[in-house]
Amino acid sequence: MVRIGITVFPGSNCDRDVHHILNNVFHVDARYIWYESSIDNFDCIIIPGGFTYGDRLRAGAIAAHSTIMNKIMELADDNVPILGICNGFQILVESGLLPGALIVNESLNFICKWMNVVVTNTDTPFTNLYDKNQKFSIPIAHGEGRFMIDDKSYNKIKKNNQVTLEYWKHNPNGSTNNIAAICNDKGNVMGMMPHPERGSDKDLIPAGHNQSSILIFKSMINYFK
Amino acid sequence: MNILNIDEYSYLKKKLRREPNELEQFIISAEWSEHCSYKSSKKHLKLLPMKGNHVLVGPGYDAGVIDVGNGYVVTVHIESHNHPSAVEPYGGAATGVGGVIRDILSMGSRPIALYNALRFGPVDRNSKFGSKNRWLLKNVVKGIADYGNCIGVPTVGGEVEFDKSFDNYCLVDVASIGYTKLENLVMNTAKKGDALILGGNATGVDGIHGASFASKNLDEENRSAVQIPDPFLEKMLMEATLEAIENDCIKAMKDLGGGGLSCCLSETADSLKKGFLVDLSTIPLKQKNMTDEQIMISESQERMLYIVNEKKKIEFFKIFDKYNVNYSEIGYVTDDLNLSVVREGNTLACMPANIIAHAPLLDRKFKQPSYLKSILKSFKEPEPQMDIKKLVFKMLSNFSICSRKWIYEQFDHEVGVRTVSKPGASDSSVIKLDEGKFLSFKLDGNSKHCYLNPYEGIIGCLAESLRNLTCVGASPLGIVDHLQFGNPENEEIFWTFLQTINGIRDYCKYMNIPVVGGKVSLYNETSSGPIKPCPVIGMLGLIDSKNKIKYPKYTSNQSIFVIGTTKDEMGGSEYFEYCLNVLGGKVPHVDLEEQRNVIESIKNLIDGDLITGVHDCSKGGMIVSMLEMALHSNIGFKVSVDKMPNKCSRLDYLLFSESHNRFIFTTNHDSKIIRYLKKRKIPYARIGASSNDRTCLIDYKGKAVFNSSLETISQSYHNSFTNLFTKSN
Repeated sequence: MVRIGITVFPGSNCDRDVHHILNNVFHVDARYIWYESSIDNFDCIIIPGGFTYGDRLRAGAIAAHSTIMNKIMELADDNVPILGICNGFQILVESGLLPGALIVNESLNFICKWMNVVVTNTDTPFTNLYDKNQKFSIPIAHGEGRFMIDDKSYNKIKKNNQVTLEYWKHNPNGSTNNIAAICNDKGNVMGMMPHPERGSDKDLIPAGHNQSSILIFKSMINYFK
Repeated sequence: MNILNIDEYSYLKKKLRREPNELEQFIISAEWSEHCSYKSSKKHLKLLPMKGNHVLVGPGYDAGVIDVGNGYVVTVHIESHNHPSAVEPYGGAATGVGGVIRDILSMGSRPIALYNALRFGPVDRNSKFGSKNRWLLKNVVKGIADYGNCIGVPTVGGEVEFDKSFDNYCLVDVASIGYTKLENLVMNTAKKGDALILGGNATGVDGIHGASFASKNLDEENRSAVQIPDPFLEKMLMEATLEAIENDCIKAMKDLGGGGLSCCLSETADSLKKGFLVDLSTIPLKQKNMTDEQIMISESQERMLYIVNEKKKIEFFKIFDKYNVNYSEIGYVTDDLNLSVVREGNTLACMPANIIAHAPLLDRKFKQPSYLKSILKSFKEPEPQMDIKKLVFKMLSNFSICSRKWIYEQFDHEVGVRTVSKPGASDSSVIKLDEGKFLSFKLDGNSKHCYLNPYEGIIGCLAESLRNLTCVGASPLGIVDHLQFGNPENEEIFWTFLQTINGIRDYCKYMNIPVVGGKVSLYNETSSGPIKPCPVIGMLGLIDSKNKIKYPKYTSNQSIFVIGTTKDEMGGSEYFEYCLNVLGGKVPHVDLEEQRNVIESIKNLIDGDLITGVHDCSKGGMIVSMLEMALHSNIGFKVSVDKMPNKCSRLDYLLFSESHNRFIFTTNHDSKIIRYLKKRKIPYARIGASSNDRTCLIDYKGKAVFNSSLETISQSYHNSFTNLFTKSN
């Protein structure tokens, strides 16, 4: 069975949610990794959302420089799937595992709401169960989620098929070309601003939305079959 | 400056049988402040019904505890941070959230939801203090958001009201719900020799005299009395505390709030029937050269007191080291019943904890306010209004009525993966517990009703809360009350306080709903006068099946029913006060027997799966409820409002009356519904039907009085706040 590690930094606050969904909805072996401990024998790693170090300096900046990230970079080199959600995405960007930057939302306010996104790359460990251009519902909750990248780098990641999710119809934070999630050039490291764990329990899906964000985790499990 | 007033000084002297020294007087002045001692209110609060089948811990503790079955308990508490928020809205509101979270934590439970009830002066562009009121609103919302979002507790519900009596001021009430296994509750115990450990933040000069600041009218901008928020530290403190509880390291604990160490130590020692010896040289400080007085009364945030048994100390310290949370052993438990404060062997203060923790209670005088008579005298019935459409649009864009999306989208309401009903989507919040159960909590207040008739007003708030809970299929477990008034030394204000207590007592006894906690906040006054009486009720209920959760939505082509009688009860209505600027009139009355009957009926109809969508009717009247149902479902309707059961003399009253005991719902089981309602003798009418398009049509005696598309209605309803804050000021 697939073994999933969930990093816990000081201030992570979606670690328990991801842990709950993986263990109690998917019944897979998902365990916490305290940021000061060592990582052993995980098939994939999730860096969950939250406010690591209280978002001091910049969201994700301090966690990105903790020693556990050295190990995560080695795992990334070894093709281990690594998913960063929300603050996890910010940490991946700050650590250089993913390109671009995440800055304060265009509205300058924190935004929590349900969105629709479209899948633009199905060739990753996190999106392999979606159809190309499939639209699905997923909630966002962030203050610094505006993905920014310069034109040259954008053309490069677009050409390399690294944009994995785009906001559909409505861009909540002003991100470049509606980007909601990107992956690295090998496809094994993905960062996404929306929260798939919040859309994975059928009791929590509001009217007019679907439960398809659950396919992010299903894809990860499927990848190891 | 005298530290204590003459009466309290001589009372203390008599009790101690000696002169109290200066530090002792400071300790006493913090604990005997209105804010901490409840000296004006305590006698009267005892009249409230507090016992119930599910109540494990009632008022007087950091949080009420309710048994929800299967070995789980829910904790609930409400707090306010009014004075601090009025001078420093961001920090005041944020530390209010921090305080209520620590109250929930103090019982040993993990906070799983936050709520807020907010009051501001009018924020409209043309209102006199609009710009200051907008500044307060914007920063209070940001303060709540930044604290709750960072700590990872979802803000899942709330309410907001605007009234001139809150000009240049604001009320910031925050409530929290906790959830834990019964066995994890920390029911405080201690024995001689146990260690007293202060964990979390260092003690600093922020929040000096906060409790006494909150126990006076707001006449100066005392910013140094406001504490500084650090949600990241509180998150670490929370995780460390919960892990220490899991490992059975904590025998007793209490959060440090108003009155700082003075209140926390004396109240804890007194409730344990023990003494404490504390050495001030062991308290970690933010600034050098703090005086002993400052250390004892500082209200620096994110601090908790723990009592730990000698054997568990090392394990406790290890857990706190893991989370990098500071702690210091500041003293130990004694058997002498005294709170002794020492510094390196010298005794600085030593008084029985029992004396400190029990201020002499007051018998405040009261008399019926003269404003009631003068309003009655000057009240003139307004002319009937004919331009209904204009009034409806004005009402929908009213900040006390319109969509609060601009506010709640700034709150992370999803973290914790329990939020079933998203803010704004249903009449009462719904969160998911374990074991297939759901919990609902709703805050309600109505200062306009409570001003004109505090007794009927508070009963109305309670009735509204229960109706809201009923709409989502919840049965009530208990309430928390937050009683906010002006200066209690004013006999007229104190009369409104007593009327409110009587109202809560009468309602809760009749409906058999216990009061499980509460808070009193007095001296809510500025130089331009007191706030209107503003009690806020939080009602908690349990839902045993997901199918029972109903939303205020139409389903296409179904019958629309209204139950309950609409009356000419316009006093304190949004129609009178916001639309027409008329003060006075009869405040809606709640017939308790009728309410029981109506609530029972809606419950049975939901249980029998006979209704598809249901909505309570309250602020703004039935017209608002009708249109909100349409907006939530994106479905239009055609109704004849003259069919509504009513005793109204005119159309505008019929549409905008805020009479109680009314619901609107849709169904396709007309005959079953009619048979049932007839049997129960409930006034009802089938007033029309939902359509399959997006047009809203309202007839009155055969004539169209309102005809509009949902797009237009939505613009009035959804854009008020966004326009206020996105267009240039």
